[in-house]
Amino acid sequence: MRDPVTTVRPAAWPKTPALKVGPADDACNVLIVGVGGQGVIMVSKVLALLAQSQGFEVKQSEVHGMAKRGGSVFSHVRFGKRVWSPTIPKGDVDILVALEWAEGLRWLPFLKAGSGIFICDTKRIVPPFACLNRKPGAPMRYSKETPAEVVAHVGEAYAIDATDMAEQLGNERAANVVLLGALSTALDFSSTDWERTVAEFVPKKTIPVNLEAFRRGRGWIEDARTSTPAVDVPAPTPATAAPYRIRLDINPAWCKSCDICVKMCPERCLILNAERIAELAAPDKCTGCRLCEWLCPDFAIRVNLDAPEALAR
Amino acid sequence: MSETLEAVAPSAVRPNDVRPLTGNEAIARGAWEAGVKVAAAYPGTPSTEILETMAEFPAEDVHAQWSTNEKVALDVAIGASFAGRRALCAMKHVGLNVAADAFMSQTYIGVNGGLVIAVCDDPGIHSSQNEQDSRIYGMLATVPILEPSDAQEALDFTRLAFDLSELFDTPVIVRSTTRLSHTRSPVAIGDRNEPPPRPFIDKPSKNVMIPAYARPRHGVVIEREAKLKAYFTESSLNRWEKGDTGFGVITAGTCYPYVREVLPDANVLKLGASWPLPDDLLRRYCQSVERIFVVEELEPVIEKEIQALGFKVEGKCFFPRTGELSPELVRAGFEQAGILEPRPQQKTWTPEPLVRPPVLCAGCPHTSAFMAVRASGARVAGDIGCYTLACLDPLRGMDTTVSMGSSIGNAVGMAKAGETKPVVATIGDSTFLHAGIPQLINAVYNQANITVMLLDNGITAMTGGQQHPGTGKTLRNEPAPRVDYEALVRAVGVKWVRKVDSYDLAAVHQSLRDAINYRGVAVLIADRPCVLDPVKIKGPPFTVVTEQCNACQACMNIGCPAITWSDQSFEGRHKVQIDQSLCIGCTLCAQVCAVDCIKIVAPVMQ
Repeated sequence: MRDPVTTVRPAAWPKTPALKVGPADDACNVLIVGVGGQGVIMVSKVLALLAQSQGFEVKQSEVHGMAKRGGSVFSHVRFGKRVWSPTIPKGDVDILVALEWAEGLRWLPFLKAGSGIFICDTKRIVPPFACLNRKPGAPMRYSKETPAEVVAHVGEAYAIDATDMAEQLGNERAANVVLLGALSTALDFSSTDWERTVAEFVPKKTIPVNLEAFRRGRGWIEDARTSTPAVDVPAPTPATAAPYRIRLDINPAWCKSCDICVKMCPERCLILNAERIAELAAPDKCTGCRLCEWLCPDFAIRVNLDAPEALAR
Repeated sequence: MSETLEAVAPSAVRPNDVRPLTGNEAIARGAWEAGVKVAAAYPGTPSTEILETMAEFPAEDVHAQWSTNEKVALDVAIGASFAGRRALCAMKHVGLNVAADAFMSQTYIGVNGGLVIAVCDDPGIHSSQNEQDSRIYGMLATVPILEPSDAQEALDFTRLAFDLSELFDTPVIVRSTTRLSHTRSPVAIGDRNEPPPRPFIDKPSKNVMIPAYARPRHGVVIEREAKLKAYFTESSLNRWEKGDTGFGVITAGTCYPYVREVLPDANVLKLGASWPLPDDLLRRYCQSVERIFVVEELEPVIEKEIQALGFKVEGKCFFPRTGELSPELVRAGFEQAGILEPRPQQKTWTPEPLVRPPVLCAGCPHTSAFMAVRASGARVAGDIGCYTLACLDPLRGMDTTVSMGSSIGNAVGMAKAGETKPVVATIGDSTFLHAGIPQLINAVYNQANITVMLLDNGITAMTGGQQHPGTGKTLRNEPAPRVDYEALVRAVGVKWVRKVDSYDLAAVHQSLRDAINYRGVAVLIADRPCVLDPVKIKGPPFTVVTEQCNACQACMNIGCPAITWSDQSFEGRHKVQIDQSLCIGCTLCAQVCAVDCIKIVAPVMQ
């Protein structure tokens, strides 16, 4: 039986040592992570079936209760002569495959220090939660770490634009197979076996495009080992400084209590007060978007955006 | 007991066929191999796939059905048992609360055909409202609980459970957890062995629980427990894996592989049945080792029993009582106990994790309902389903959620207690059929002034799209009669009923306002199918005319995952963009856009 835990990384690779070959009865631990709908489970099923067909005991454990609702999805695949726990203990992951950039970073602490391999798609899926702070100048909340930082902290890391590679092939959904190709270089299974297993899991019509995606992922890593990969993730939307202070002038004499402004305000910061006149009840929430000014049929609201200099004067 | 032991030994001869199965698939396979004739369930994570797998077996072998709720499912299974056939009922842990009434009586009645209840607990609350420990139901009902530790045992124990059920005249629980249910591992499978039907037991003193008959049956149950204890003492279900006697570990179910992961050579007593516990075996084991540890998830069920036997035992002082155990936590416990050397501290780099809560899908028809209830300023009693996610920002359209069907009763209570805001209950179609109908009848009967929003998306969406009596399809996707909600609510006495298109935001707002203004029970049915199931809906996507966008953020209030900030801004605020691969064209964002900058991506005209 072949040893499950080997890497094909050539000795010429700079910086870090090769993945340590463990004792034969140690399980090989692969953690596959991403966002619901990306195909995390498919990747882990291919690996699990392949490892099983090579005579290993395999356990594949996933949590998918929220998978369809854009939540974080992860799947543990462990194989070896004997596998006990279905989940991989923190710090014991040999290979971390991430289908989304921030999800990859989330699970990095699970990677084996020093020898773990990190293969991550640079695709960013920004959740609505990242855009909750609407104050002028507020930044989007998304992981700020750059690939350079990641490579500096992780033994062997690959930031691969798998989604772009799949799009070039005309099928964005094949990004997960690109990553399977990348993963295949870190494990000692033949590419014929890999490709046969991939073909079992994808729709018949898409077998050629998926096999090509697999080969491109595999080739990309092999190229990356001999040259410095020049892939960069786009930086998150930068914070812009707030250029103004917001001040609302409401003319009570012109307000006729129609409450259009109250109902249409995106921040829900306007109310009708005891006299049924529009009032800014939550000034700290107001973003100065001017919707109330534009929608007021009686021109009773004026939104002033005062430049900081003007305030100082 | 020696003859009976032979009778229930797991079949050793199997065809040489090993398949990767999840725990749930293995439970279904085990039941099928045991010759189950009727299987019933209401979907609930992590148990749902048991019945879905059951439906893949031929209809001649087994009648598999989605029932309207867990009590109904159990009653159906009990009926099959009365009729002399083997029956399976599957549910999640909280489902057993719903079925508990039937369950607690059935334990007195016992069985005719074998009756097995597969209960899947959710330690760690991956997708539930609590993490109750179903083993305590075994204690409460004096029913045996088998606890498989991997998929192979899930199959073997389920098969065996049917034999035990008939042999000891008792319902049997096979307890799984999320981890087991959703872990795939190799399983050697066997053939189906369908026992002949048993004749009906014509004996009211066993089958009819009036006080005069129930009193003696309680005594029978206590005797049964003693027999089960004797059986489990000898049974190979409980496995003593000998080792050094300095310390011993007693464990069961999914905790066993964690213990083996961190202590491969330890002296372990692995219990295959966590109720009733075999006193003699435990006593012998505890006397044979110097220190006794119990590793169990959630409640200290085994630990308390060993204490009651008079031994000093260490368990919950090292292994947490809340949440799911893991190899890390088991290791940490044994490190704290001085059994394992602490691992050298690894230098880890921990980037700040991105907050990514699950959200309603792009185009989810529930969205508009919660935009409207929030705008109405009502007090909102919510219920269980995908739409419970509407309690999060930015929708923030729900104030309470308790259990299946609670919304309507909670709303009645709030209104009767003098809540000054209008009171609205929101409930999904499947949840309404599960436990909402008696609640609605109660609201009408007691003349409450509430509005019920029935969010009809035509599927059980939360658990992955299962059929129910309102979809017109059975578990096997065959046509079935379909509930007419409008007729149903009128029949129970609701006078104000209206159906509204969930994608017409103005109509939803206006209808909700009318419903709230009506004094009495008003039912507003929001009618649009789920965008994922039974068919994935994908219409022409929308796009943002960036030059026109004034970055007002009104569309961001929908919480749609297809809408995020672009890298352009207006007056310091982020303009928005739409991910066209996610957008299904529901038009809600275009309806709220005050500057009319969200447009359909025009199809190219030929």
